[in-house]
Amino acid sequence: MAQRRLEIDGVSKRYGDVVALREMTFAVEAGELFGFVGSNGAGKTTTMRIALGVLAADAGVVRWDGEPITLETRRHIGYMPEERGLYPKMKVGEQLVYLARLHGLSTADAKRSVAEWTERLGVAGRVGDEVQKLSLGNQQRVQLAAALVHNPTILVLDEPFSGLDPVAVDVMSKVLADKAAEGVPVVFSSHQLDLVERLCHRVGIVRSGQMVACDTVDALRAGGTVHLVVEAPNAPPGWASGLPGVTVKEQVGAQTVLELGDGADDQAVLRAALATGPVTEFTHRRQTLTELFRNVVSEHTEEAAA
Amino acid sequence: MSTLPDVRLGNWEAVSLVAGREVGTRLKSKAFIITTAATLLLLIGFTLVMKFVSGGSDATVGVVPSAVALEAPLKATATSIGQTIDTRAVDEAAGRGQIDDGSLDALLVGDGSKIVVVVKKEIDEKLKNTLNVLAGQLALNQEITDLGGDPATIGQAVAGAKAEVRPLEPPYDYNGQQLVIGMIAGVLIYMSLLINGQSVAQGVVEEKSSRVVELLLATIRPWQLMAGKVLGIGVVGLVQMVAIGGVGIAAGLATGVLTISVSTAVGTVIWLVVWFLLGFFAYSLVFAALGALVSRQEDIGGVITPPLMFVILGYVLGISILPTDPGNQLVEVLSIIPLFAPTLMPMRLAMGGVPAWEAGLAVVLVLALIPALVWLSGRIYRNAVMRSGAKVKLRDALRAA
Repeated sequence: MAQRRLEIDGVSKRYGDVVALREMTFAVEAGELFGFVGSNGAGKTTTMRIALGVLAADAGVVRWDGEPITLETRRHIGYMPEERGLYPKMKVGEQLVYLARLHGLSTADAKRSVAEWTERLGVAGRVGDEVQKLSLGNQQRVQLAAALVHNPTILVLDEPFSGLDPVAVDVMSKVLADKAAEGVPVVFSSHQLDLVERLCHRVGIVRSGQMVACDTVDALRAGGTVHLVVEAPNAPPGWASGLPGVTVKEQVGAQTVLELGDGADDQAVLRAALATGPVTEFTHRRQTLTELFRNVVSEHTEEAAA
Repeated sequence: MSTLPDVRLGNWEAVSLVAGREVGTRLKSKAFIITTAATLLLLIGFTLVMKFVSGGSDATVGVVPSAVALEAPLKATATSIGQTIDTRAVDEAAGRGQIDDGSLDALLVGDGSKIVVVVKKEIDEKLKNTLNVLAGQLALNQEITDLGGDPATIGQAVAGAKAEVRPLEPPYDYNGQQLVIGMIAGVLIYMSLLINGQSVAQGVVEEKSSRVVELLLATIRPWQLMAGKVLGIGVVGLVQMVAIGGVGIAAGLATGVLTISVSTAVGTVIWLVVWFLLGFFAYSLVFAALGALVSRQEDIGGVITPPLMFVILGYVLGISILPTDPGNQLVEVLSIIPLFAPTLMPMRLAMGGVPAWEAGLAVVLVLALIPALVWLSGRIYRNAVMRSGAKVKLRDALRAA
């Protein structure tokens, strides 16, 4: 598989006076799992819709393999819209074959592929049923099958994990990782940040239609403040509040989370903790994606307010 | 660089894929099968009823042996005023019995010099008319004979004397059967436009409300989706129309209810199909565009009612005016205007007597309108179909690029 990347370059979109996207720019490399996170209304869905050509951008360009994307190249994309949609009264099998054929597959290839994917996603037994008769979870699996049946060379999935049970989340995660391993650029949006953190190679955080942070998970986390986690069962409340340069973030039971400012001495903290009695845990913890996300979003809110 | 699978899809391929799905889904739907079967049964049933009804005579009159001389004049008189009377020779006693049990409407008694009938209670008005005319004739014949003339000669002279009418424009001689076929054609076209036109709007909204439209539009262009839908439903409607029209006419000809020529019958079906296609495409493009404005099935009525009113108005005017006045001038003019032509023209064509230029002009006008409708509805559809939620204003859908 050749190295193909999906580029979103300076894409802008406005609805009347509302700016939905402001020069949105990022790229997803071949074989990369890219997590797209942001608050509701930040512009994730709009970006994906523009990439799929369902919406027209006011400015900017979406490139694939270095060329502006067209209706023909879009047929290579596997798409899962945020608004799930299938014909409720059409049978699962017929529907998937139809969608695969709309993506340019021959009937024979479409049938073969539908058999393969329904098997892999655990809905092979339901191909003869109408979609509306399936449980919500199974409808989601069919929806994913619809995004995969034409053997896409790009995957764009809007909230693929929402509404999935834990087993389905694992199936979905596996499928996405496998697809990326095949060299397919995979981009998906999600509010489940722990999942994004675990799965994705790179993450983009969107706010008010702009990309505000875009890097590998490690790089993003490295940039943030470091927290110190201390577990001292006998420590009284407020034991660390007098230490210079130290802010107590929370103290729950035996565990205290501290933020160290410039010039703060972690060894002084350890001595203070030992003074209260035994210390069972003393670790530096880098911030999670969730904390990072909160910081990034709130930083900008403050900026906007200032 | 590795080769990617060829996923190009021509316009026709995309449109026919969509159309194929529509045809497949519809042919399998119970509603379609039931309505088609019910219409066919209704039509065949109607034909059989017509056959049964038209076979009988208006009255049956018994004639006693002494009055048998009046039997032939009675039949002749009845025919001359548009009645059919069956006669039966019986003796008086048996005749009275048959009057009593209802198998005879009247019994002609007496010696044949004057008209005397026995009836059960009252005499049928039309039969009474016939008998009165016959009685008058008998009295006249009697007088003529008394004056020394020959009633037969005078009768012939009277029968031959007629007012000579010289029309400036020879009127079209409307055939009763063709009037009936025209009415049936009107009902069929109307029902078909109504049902299939609404199916188009419902299909558009189904895709919108189930959100599947987003998935579809990621692979094909809006106009391909709209064209495929209209085409698919149109093909199904066409098959239905040919089946119903063909079976109806065939049943009529086979049972002998229809005595019009086969070529007239075939012409009627062909015109019916032509006007179904023209009317369907013109109206369903409008329905598809308007359907795209709303996101819920229950809102469809509100947006497609205005154009639907023209279909209904045309049908109601046709069905209420044409049977009694097939040459009505208002209908003649309206049937050429594209809005009304799909309902009125096929009715007039089935009734006959439509000048070729009128039939041609109506077709040309609708054909000229269709490209404009394609452009307009394509624009509305494209702009509105992805906007779910509240109803999209027609003005916004037209304006947005």
